[in-house]
Amino acid sequence: MAQPAIRVEGLGKEYRIGGKPERYTSLRDAIVRRAKAPFQRVAAVMRGESSVLSSRTFWALRNVSFDIQPGEVVGIIGRNGAGKSTLLKILARITEPTVGHADIFGRVGSLLEVGTGFHPELTGRENVFLNGAILGMPRREIERKFDEIVAFSEIEAFIDTMVKHYSSGMYMRLAFAVAAHLEPEILLIDEVLAVGDLEFQRKCLGKMEDVSRLGRTVVFVSHNMSAVTRLCSRAVLLDHGQVVASGPTPGVVAEYVFKGYGTRAERRWIDDAGAPGDETIRLRAVRAHDSAGTVQESFDIRQPIAIELEFDVLKPGMRFTPCFDVVNDTGVVLFLSQERQDWQDIDRPVGRHLATCWIPGNFLAEGTFSVDVAFWGFRTPPTGLIEENGAISVSVHDPLEGGSVRGRSTSSYPGVMRPMLKWETTLA
Amino acid sequence: MPSLAPESGAPALPLIRVQRSHGWVSLRLGDLWEYRELVYFLTWRDVKVRYKQTLLGAAWAILQPLMTMLVFSLFFGRLGHMPSDGIPYPLFTLAALAPWTFFSNGLTQSSNSLVGSANLITKVYFPRLIVPVATVLSGVIDFVLAFVCLIAMMTYYRMAPAASVAWLPLFLMLAVIASLGTGLWLSAMNVQFRDVRYTVPFLTQFWMLATPIAYPSSLLHEPWRTVFALNPMVGAVEGFRWALFGRAPAPVEVIAVSFASATLILAGGALYFRRMERTFADIV
Repeated sequence: MAQPAIRVEGLGKEYRIGGKPERYTSLRDAIVRRAKAPFQRVAAVMRGESSVLSSRTFWALRNVSFDIQPGEVVGIIGRNGAGKSTLLKILARITEPTVGHADIFGRVGSLLEVGTGFHPELTGRENVFLNGAILGMPRREIERKFDEIVAFSEIEAFIDTMVKHYSSGMYMRLAFAVAAHLEPEILLIDEVLAVGDLEFQRKCLGKMEDVSRLGRTVVFVSHNMSAVTRLCSRAVLLDHGQVVASGPTPGVVAEYVFKGYGTRAERRWIDDAGAPGDETIRLRAVRAHDSAGTVQESFDIRQPIAIELEFDVLKPGMRFTPCFDVVNDTGVVLFLSQERQDWQDIDRPVGRHLATCWIPGNFLAEGTFSVDVAFWGFRTPPTGLIEENGAISVSVHDPLEGGSVRGRSTSSYPGVMRPMLKWETTLA
Repeated sequence: MPSLAPESGAPALPLIRVQRSHGWVSLRLGDLWEYRELVYFLTWRDVKVRYKQTLLGAAWAILQPLMTMLVFSLFFGRLGHMPSDGIPYPLFTLAALAPWTFFSNGLTQSSNSLVGSANLITKVYFPRLIVPVATVLSGVIDFVLAFVCLIAMMTYYRMAPAASVAWLPLFLMLAVIASLGTGLWLSAMNVQFRDVRYTVPFLTQFWMLATPIAYPSSLLHEPWRTVFALNPMVGAVEGFRWALFGRAPAPVEVIAVSFASATLILAGGALYFRRMERTFADIV
């Protein structure tokens, strides 16, 4: 094989976790502690400890090895705390590994945040130059691309306004415009797509596709399985700081999904204190599962998704209906579904109930969705009995194997829903 | 899977090896040179923001030394009859306050610069030395304003600068070296021990008294005068007075000792800074 763009060998990063500092109980304590601290610190240094607080350590990354070839777009996935960001920070040279090494062949641009170093007191124009310099763009290059950057940001009229007067949308647009014009051989991107509105995210994804088409190497850390599936040819799955899977994206994403590395697909309430509801009805659990009954967070777009509500009816003669709605990541309520339309006429028996609703496959679009749960009750006046917003969340991705609306098309696909509709085409 | 391998014969791409550094690491001044544009932009940002944000803007740079000069002239000059080597006392003390204000502001601001740039340090790679360097350099603008003020005062007292004024940049450089050297030590320590910040005002106050600003170092006899010059600001201040007024022969020993000590502080500070640098992003 040719020379890789990035070669990571036996990389490990150990962090110190300070022993839990006790909370100050009074000002006097705080003062005494302050007075004692320097002496304790000196004593600790004399004993050969580097700091009194350094009691425990943990490995954020352990024995991580992989190669990335030039021109590859590689997704780093894993749940929160798996070590994804630490890995990226090491590759970006922000922090040093404890053991092992990474060899990087090429100019690196890192985008761990858009708008790093933006100063609110400076104008948009000034910030473009400052931010460009911070991201490692030579001044001549910024000057050359300045008009292009401003055009991309779509805020020409405000380019000489102080950034503190910008809306957050304008701020993001300008910040991303600078970042998007970075031309390193290797680009490291961390969750940048998790912020901003849908239009902004789409622009980011579009730009990333352009970048990868130009043959640059991209390392992309994300929670967004559909973006990873779409953009990355290869993925690395991290768990507890170790590589648990690495290879072509569909397989690694499936591994992530199958192993249930996500954790937000089920909510349970064990004791009455925290459970939504009152003495008449109580919610016990909300979960999402597939047709085999396996609880999971990430679904193949072709699969049906079951939304299951578990609840106790504690009083006889209750009349209500469980319902839920599905909200996408821009806050649009896609639909609302209730169990019974004739619930005003039916008395619910006392006991534990399990209500399951099936969302068909090829119906939701790709993305992340949150599920709000509510129980509508019949009282005078009619009121909601239970409201639990954002009870669970699921994500939907397209493995690009056909059988979905998208088929094998890999470009961005618009629409908040993606139902598989019937087409009839004849020769007229 | 097609991967775009570089054509054979294409120039080899630069290799960076990311790994743990051990012990005392080299200064990698080449890196600093490569990032010189960032030094420029950060300096420019500091200057711009300071002059935009503060009510008095440029006046602030002048007021600080001027007010101190007034107080000193009143208490030490008028009431204390402090000798001033035959120069009008206000001029005598202002010529020292110009480099001193530059030094102490640079020291104070650079000691807090790393902690203040935490958002940059945890998100982007660049040689961390740039942060305190840019902070100290941004003070040069303030110095220039104070210096203009000093020249105006000299005109008022009908004193022309001596020919030795050509040496002045050398003594400004001495103040830069001293300020940056101390700033490097303090900024790196401040990341680890946040209480360093509380000691800085005390340190500058103490240091001011140990520098011949309100009094001439001619009060001391040899060899103490030369020993005194271990404080690099002694050389800077005495150098300034000599270059501007040219009254006595150049205090060569004092200047040489101060330069040597400033250089030592800077070299030590830079090495210490580089040694601590690897943990900045983790603890800042």
